[in-house]
Amino acid sequence: MRIVLFAKRNTKEILRDPTNLFFGLGFPLILLVLLSIINASIPTEANNTMFSIENLAPGLAMFGTAFMALFSGMLLSKDRTSSFLMRLFASPMTSLDFILGYTLPLFVMALAQAAITLFASCLAGLELTVNLLPAILVTALSSLLFVGFGLLFGSMMNEKAVGGICGAVLTNVAGWLSGVFIPLDLIGGAFKKAADILPFYHSVQAIKAVLYGNFGELLPHLTIILGYSVVIFALAVIVFQRKMSGGKA
Amino acid sequence: MNAITITNMSKKYGEFTAVDELNLTIEQGELFSLLGVNGAGKTTTIKMLSCLIKPTGGDAVLLGDSVKEHPQAVKAKINISPQETAVAANLSVIENLELIASIYGKDSKTVKKSADKMATQFRLDGVRNKKSKQLSGGMQRRLSIAMALISNPKILFLDEPTLGLDVLARRELWTCIKSLKGKVTIILTTHYLEEAEALSDRVGIMANGKLTAIGTVAELTEQTGTSKLEDAFVMLSGGAV
Ligand SMILES: Nc1ncnc2c1ncn2[C@@H]1O[C@H](COP(=O)(O)OP(=O)(O)OP(=O)(O)O)[C@@H](O)[C@H]1O
Ligand SMILES: [Mg+2]
Repeated sequence: MRIVLFAKRNTKEILRDPTNLFFGLGFPLILLVLLSIINASIPTEANNTMFSIENLAPGLAMFGTAFMALFSGMLLSKDRTSSFLMRLFASPMTSLDFILGYTLPLFVMALAQAAITLFASCLAGLELTVNLLPAILVTALSSLLFVGFGLLFGSMMNEKAVGGICGAVLTNVAGWLSGVFIPLDLIGGAFKKAADILPFYHSVQAIKAVLYGNFGELLPHLTIILGYSVVIFALAVIVFQRKMSGGKA
Repeated sequence: MNAITITNMSKKYGEFTAVDELNLTIEQGELFSLLGVNGAGKTTTIKMLSCLIKPTGGDAVLLGDSVKEHPQAVKAKINISPQETAVAANLSVIENLELIASIYGKDSKTVKKSADKMATQFRLDGVRNKKSKQLSGGMQRRLSIAMALISNPKILFLDEPTLGLDVLARRELWTCIKSLKGKVTIILTTHYLEEAEALSDRVGIMANGKLTAIGTVAELTEQTGTSKLEDAFVMLSGGAV
């Protein structure tokens, strides 16, 4: 059970860094509070439901998981440069042990994060239904996309570059092109098209679908997300295996 | 039986040849020191033998398994203390030791016991619950070596193990290495010639990726007409001094 051993180690490594805890669990909550305040000050005549809790909750649940890319990327990159990974590469661990060992803890963390964000949203007025549970699961599933991104960039780049790409670029793209912070349908055009092609918007829609019981709408969105995830993971595995068999670390 | 049989093993990086058609056999239980100036190809050789990089030519067979054909089988029998200290920064000393022991398939009882034993042997008992990133450089080094020993490998690679160790720790490591002699096959690299002299059964000297001399310390000094390994080393490693 090397996967479990390695997953345990990675969990410790991530949780013992307080900034991770802050960004992973606390940051979506801060946004929730801020955007709820903004929402409260929008006059009802404006008819702007952009930041209503029904839209905000699934959006922030998705946005929070974008940090999983940062965590997985930084951890892998740090391991590679500290030659700790070299020692494990010489051990009987297989590439599957590594990839799943990195992914598992982040999946669990995404579950926890989604649960916190969505239950906190209930305090802010979201209706508490059993659909919250499948919504948490769908959120965690769509977080795999980000974990895959992190593993891909973490296999190739140093910590600083991973911080820039996963921490700044990816979170921004995911934030803006998912419709969490801007009304995509209102803007339309190329912006909306880009959002449609990329998976982030679909993650929010998938979470929304289950959260509000429209399970029929789930599949098309979920297919796109999982399709992207499979491709990103495949790339990450290829790059990782090359590093493992002696590509320049 | 030979523990390690290397035949025409080479490693090229583009046009550059880091290890050039190496041929070498090492007996079971032998302690073999690989010497050579910076960039001679020692670490590259160790990396190929421990399946960290693939040879671009030739092969090596470790206790019956080829590094090219059956790296997984080789990996189960070896362990390595890399040239750079390799520990998990946010894990404690004991957690690091236990992680490695269990990755090599020891049951949980043995894991606990051997981690305790290693911590004591490497004088890390006082810091056993400290995160390894909070240890001094030499302590991290000792932990890194202990992590190589804890799996009871049949073949052990020690790449400059005593780098950065204080005098006491170095002596203790020597004693520990000596106690493994005859049981574990060890390839060691070092820039301290007295270390090679004190520990090795045989010494090999590398220069520009090639093995230029091989033999016991006595044989090498005799061959070069010198009285000290250091003088023999200077002559055999391409130095002009
Ligand atoms: N990934 C790589 N790409 C290109 N050249 C490399 C690579 N790794 C090592 N080399 C080159 O191969 C040669 C041998 O390096 P190696 O690390 O084996 O030397 P060494 O004998 O261990 O030296 P030292 O005593 O300094 O540790 C060096 O010239 C080095 O620059
Ligand atoms: Mg070296």
